[in-house]
Amino acid sequence: MDDFQGRRTDGSTADQRLAELFAFLRRRVTGEYEIDEFGFDPELNEKVLLEALRPLYRHWFRTETLGLGNVPAGSGALIVANHSGTLPVDALMLQVAVHDELGRPLRLLGAHLVYQLPVLGHLARKSGHTLACPEDADRLLRKGEVVGVFPEGFKGIGKPFSERYRLQRFGRGGFVASAIRAGVPIVPCAIVGAEEIYPKIGDIPSLARLLGLPYLPITPLFPWLGPLGLLPLPSKWLIEFGEPIRTDEYAPEEADDPMLVFDLTDHIRETMQRQLDALRLRRGPAFPPIVM
Amino acid sequence: MNTHTPGEASMTRTVLVTGVSGHIGARVAIALAADPEIDRVIGVDTAPPPSPAGEDGAVLGRTEFARVALRSPDLVKVIRDADVDTVVHLSLVSGPGGSGSGGSGSGGGRSAMKEHNVIGTMQLLAACQRSATVRRVVVRSTTAVYGSSPHAPAVFTEDTEPVEVSHSGYARDATEVETYVRGFARRRPDVTTTTLRFANLMGPGVDSPLTRYFSQPVLPTVLGFDPRLQFVHEDDAVEVLCRTARADHPGVFNVAGDGVLLLSQCVRRTGRPVIPMPSPAFRLVSGLARGARLVDFSPEQLALLSHGRAVDTTRLAAELGWRPKYSTAAAFDDFLRSRGGPGELPRAVVDWLADFVTGR
Repeated sequence: MDDFQGRRTDGSTADQRLAELFAFLRRRVTGEYEIDEFGFDPELNEKVLLEALRPLYRHWFRTETLGLGNVPAGSGALIVANHSGTLPVDALMLQVAVHDELGRPLRLLGAHLVYQLPVLGHLARKSGHTLACPEDADRLLRKGEVVGVFPEGFKGIGKPFSERYRLQRFGRGGFVASAIRAGVPIVPCAIVGAEEIYPKIGDIPSLARLLGLPYLPITPLFPWLGPLGLLPLPSKWLIEFGEPIRTDEYAPEEADDPMLVFDLTDHIRETMQRQLDALRLRRGPAFPPIVM
Repeated sequence: MNTHTPGEASMTRTVLVTGVSGHIGARVAIALAADPEIDRVIGVDTAPPPSPAGEDGAVLGRTEFARVALRSPDLVKVIRDADVDTVVHLSLVSGPGGSGSGGSGSGGGRSAMKEHNVIGTMQLLAACQRSATVRRVVVRSTTAVYGSSPHAPAVFTEDTEPVEVSHSGYARDATEVETYVRGFARRRPDVTTTTLRFANLMGPGVDSPLTRYFSQPVLPTVLGFDPRLQFVHEDDAVEVLCRTARADHPGVFNVAGDGVLLLSQCVRRTGRPVIPMPSPAFRLVSGLARGARLVDFSPEQLALLSHGRAVDTTRLAAELGWRPKYSTAAAFDDFLRSRGGPGELPRAVVDWLADFVTGR
């Protein structure tokens, strides 16, 4: 249990909790709270946004984390994870994992599409994320934040169910260059479980183009069951943080050496694929035998 | 960088301040005129400074006022005759017909505004280029040159190229002004040029589209958007301008108070009711308001209220060895205090609720 829940159980009386709640409400309605330059609102994130995700993380997906010691405590790191699941639920769960298990906010680098959309783009900022661009990545890493990135992008999250757990091509390796510039370790991260939440068995490309979306999925439940089809299947999740890959032995200028960046990117991708295969074996079936 | 060496101090004797009838211009002129190391301060503008009770001289202190349009040949004469060595160019109008805090109202729509901002700057710089005495040029610009876009980095440094070049009004004028300043700096490398990109000004005396927005009884916002805003307090703006006018600080600098505020935070601090509306409706309403001259809302203000903007100010802090006294939040709170303080209703409701629940 995280400390937010913990505090509730140890000793604090109902009156204290109520007083805390009203102090929180008073801060919120009068605007007397702090956000950072990226628009991150730690209080809203911890007390409201993550709180809404925790039941999904704990009870629906029964998420387990491994290798927590591989993320450096108190300094900058770049977590590189596989991306899957049609909708970016894996990003949200990784955020809960890093916050609740490691006590650090996770600053994800998101797609342009997210920041174009009303509500979603600004909610993403409030929960600590920003646009995937070298300027923002460098700035966050320089500040010693834990930054998360999904180098497969839409190619990963939107791939058909038949290609599950096969890593797609990694963009241009911009994330590697950012890590070298900041001299922070790259932590490869495997997420097992997200592939099964919305098995994408088809696509409606024409309608997707019309709506300006990268894909419009057909899953066993969507669009047949309407909004109910948006309910993710309760697969079992494992999140593993792998052995960190050091970048501080390179000079910051070497970030401009494309060959080095390509080689490192390939190396990270291979490491992650091996890690992913092993973790998938370890998890076993995604659903209890009664369901499948 | 350079501190007051005696040789340099003897150089800074006559300062020309453009846009002196604007609020910031007048304050800068007064502050410089109070400096014993500066012999003369000449203020120019298209309209005389607003003078309470007709006491002309009292308003600007020692400053001599010359009613000169930037684009008139008289300006060249002023610079030549007075042996001006420092030019502080503050005359940037932020809205057509509006009395942007930089210069006096050059009412007459967008083309007059462009003429004033761009052609005026060209003429001024041309005069400076000819002058044998001008040693230092300080130009007021705006962080609006970075635009407001969901595709831009979250925090702009002075070297960030804007993702989308602004097509409208103030920001475009400022971008063009900066282009001319860069050209001038290339042609006269012996003259120290400083370009200051100010975030939105806030403070008791500031009258800008944004302060007018926050003075409305009801605040419309764009539904689903909560932009990051940054303010610089007028006292800090005046201080930065005076410091760069007194000593050499070449380069381009962002000027903003520390920290950022979300629009939702600003609105909550005002305690006023909000009407979130979908962006097409917001555009329509602000168009109507603009037409009726109720609020002056340009497309770039709309972009700012949708996507926001934040800038990095480390370069200025390193160069001046000084940080703004007011953070973004403190500047906004000071502005609110001057306008009768924040509304207390929301806080009162929570307090009442807390009393009601706990006192049961």
